[in-house]
Amino acid sequence: MSPGQGLGSAGPQVILDPFQFAFMIHALEAATAVSILAGVVGWLTVLRREIFAGHTLSVMAFPGAAGATLAGVPVAWGYLAACTAAALVLGPGTHAARRGFRDQTALVGTVQAVGLSLGLVALSVNGSVQQDLEPLLFGSIVGISAGRALSLAVLTVVLLALLATVGRPLLLTSVDPALARSRGLPVGLLSGGFLVILGVAVAAASQVTGALLVFALLIMPAGCARQLTSRPGPGLGLSVGLGLTFSWVGLELAYYTDYPLGFYVSSLGLSSYVTLRLLARRRGARASGATAPGEAR
Amino acid sequence: MLDHEFIRHALLAGSLVAVGSGLAGWFVVLRAQVFAVDALSHVAFPGALVAAAAGIDLRIGVLAASLGVALVMARLGSTSAERDLAIGATFAWVLGVGALLLAVLAGGPAGGGSTVGVRALFGSIFGLSTAQAGLVAGVSLGCAIAIVVMARPLLLASVNPVVARVRGVRVAALELGFLAVLAVEVAQASQAVGALLLLGLVAAPAGAAHRLTRRPFAGMAIAAAAALLSVWVGVGLSYRIAELPPSAAVVLVAGALYALAHLVSPIRSRWGRRPAAPWT
Amino acid sequence: MIVWSGVDLSIARGEFVALLGPNGAGKTTLVQAMLGEIPLQRGTLEVLGRAPGGSRGNIGYLPQRHDSDGHARLRGIDLVRLGLEGARWGVPLPVPRRLWGDRRRAAEARVAEVIELVGAGDLVARPLSELSGGERQRVLIAQALAPEPSLLVLDEPLDSLDLPSQALIAALVQRICREAGVTVVLVAHDVNPLLGYLDRVVYLAGGSALSGRPEQVITGPDLSRLYGVPIEVLRASDGRLVVVGAPDAPSVHSPRHGHAHP
Repeated sequence: MSPGQGLGSAGPQVILDPFQFAFMIHALEAATAVSILAGVVGWLTVLRREIFAGHTLSVMAFPGAAGATLAGVPVAWGYLAACTAAALVLGPGTHAARRGFRDQTALVGTVQAVGLSLGLVALSVNGSVQQDLEPLLFGSIVGISAGRALSLAVLTVVLLALLATVGRPLLLTSVDPALARSRGLPVGLLSGGFLVILGVAVAAASQVTGALLVFALLIMPAGCARQLTSRPGPGLGLSVGLGLTFSWVGLELAYYTDYPLGFYVSSLGLSSYVTLRLLARRRGARASGATAPGEAR
Repeated sequence: MLDHEFIRHALLAGSLVAVGSGLAGWFVVLRAQVFAVDALSHVAFPGALVAAAAGIDLRIGVLAASLGVALVMARLGSTSAERDLAIGATFAWVLGVGALLLAVLAGGPAGGGSTVGVRALFGSIFGLSTAQAGLVAGVSLGCAIAIVVMARPLLLASVNPVVARVRGVRVAALELGFLAVLAVEVAQASQAVGALLLLGLVAAPAGAAHRLTRRPFAGMAIAAAAALLSVWVGVGLSYRIAELPPSAAVVLVAGALYALAHLVSPIRSRWGRRPAAPWT
Repeated sequence: MIVWSGVDLSIARGEFVALLGPNGAGKTTLVQAMLGEIPLQRGTLEVLGRAPGGSRGNIGYLPQRHDSDGHARLRGIDLVRLGLEGARWGVPLPVPRRLWGDRRRAAEARVAEVIELVGAGDLVARPLSELSGGERQRVLIAQALAPEPSLLVLDEPLDSLDLPSQALIAALVQRICREAGVTVVLVAHDVNPLLGYLDRVVYLAGGSALSGRPEQVITGPDLSRLYGVPIEVLRASDGRLVVVGAPDAPSVHSPRHGHAHP
């Protein structure tokens, strides 16, 4: 049975139809887990202005996968190792850079280029990974097993619990590092730790969306939420809600049209972002000069 | 080693790419715009796909895509948080379109054919024909000259845009011009030597230069020199070691120079101190 | 948006004028209008005999404190050089001093001269980020002064400086005004550190303006009316005036008489 046959059915049936297939259920489970995770982590990434670092970490999936193939371990482990390693380099570096002169974009760019180069070296030593490259880059909703969906869900719960524990100090550190330091908070550790969490989250999410488009799931919902509110609670909620909407709707569309999930997620994300930004600008023009409290500039 | 024509081509093209990206990189790092270069290098790939689908020269598609994104970025305002967000959202979508095109072109999501993308990302500096090497060298030289010509006003506009405007510098036009130079450089590099190589050569040597000196013009010279050194050493290493792809070798050497600059930096020790007055 | 209205004033060449008023009174708006950065909604404005923006190369400008990264990262001397030659295309050739052309020698001499004038000789080898607030302002004043402008516009140069530094900068600006014959418009929200040095004050508050010689304008009743809160002007034992009670952020909605929009 090929996708596309359900198009003529009644409304709810159209929505539910895809889920008679086990692979779609697993895809839905996995997408739900990573959307929640990416919504929360992405909101913090945008707040901390570490979008470039987020993108660099998502690119680390390539050396991760190439390295894993070389070492003969599961690709997911390679993702995880590469993202964590990059986060460990970026963490102290960006923190130090923030205290002194902020050349962190040079650091992040260098880490990205070096990471990709290492991936290329691994690829060249291997001889070939070319045929595996596309699902790696763009993701695939057909390849998700029940086990992987479960492990993504567990990972999401663990990381969210971790973030919840350090939530308030992390928020303060993100908004006002100097104040956080004066309160005795380990700012460097929190900043570096967040990047590691970001790296792990990216590694997890890229298994669903693909390495190139994990970035869409990470920053687009958060970017939209930012246009609507700068309060942490509602912002996080909105970010998660929008992420879930994008990936659920995207999954349905991907099922019926046979085109990649990432395209739909990023298109929904960009159109929402642009719309909200235009609305925010119009609202801003009406009530000019009113800055939101807690805005991190 | 120099007996081989492909090595001579690689050194010719690579040296000029190095000078262009070293000089541009110094400004890119000063202006905290490495992310913009990253975005430009990624949109080269959907640009190439569109051109492939339309049956026109890939380089035209790539150039159009990166110039288009450069234009969008120039309009996105200057507050850094919102700017990065807008760049990120735009280029994530462009990548999504790339994924769609790939699926359409290959007739299905599981089909092969990401070679265009792989080529745009990694390129091959060893595979340049005489004509290609000449084109890369010429365009890079043009970009380098453009950067040198706009260096002083761009410097003033980067460190102090309002003062620059008061002094009669057309800041917005200058910034757009700079982004356009970057876009051209990235577009031609992604078709010949690979966007990866370019990102490495923009970020790492310039990052090293900023660690080594505060003098602007000396910094630009150091960035260009470090990029040149990376290309020469990288190409040499890659020639000796068969498994080491040239662009990876160049980037790894540049990364090593960057790390070295951090270690020997005369600047870092004093930079730990925060400004004395309540200014920040 | 109407920031102020019915403002009519003129500044003579070579005067040291302070533009005063509480935060939010529109001082920076007026400065931006003078520089041609924003248009006036109504009315006319002439700077150095031309429309705003028309005499750009002839104005030295020190913006309100802002710390762009690149800014703080450069050395003082490079910033002063940029102030002089930042608008020129190209880069200086890396050749030894004896091969320099006349133009470059003149430029270096001018840079040395303004650095000497502000007394920043031992500061300019360091990056801006390593200087104290007062030291930083001296370097930046040199930057604004380098191209020999006829008009120097300083936006809040005393902001967040300690009292001795405020007095030092105020005295320095007066000296520059006298020695270099430059017209100076200095924006501040507190008049006290400036009182001994000024030729004229312009008060912007409550949507209108008041201008004149310090001793004419700085009187309790006038200031009280302008700010809409009681303000006293005291005379210290050494004869200096002290303004007491000027609030930093009074209501901008205090009663006003003019109806014209600027």
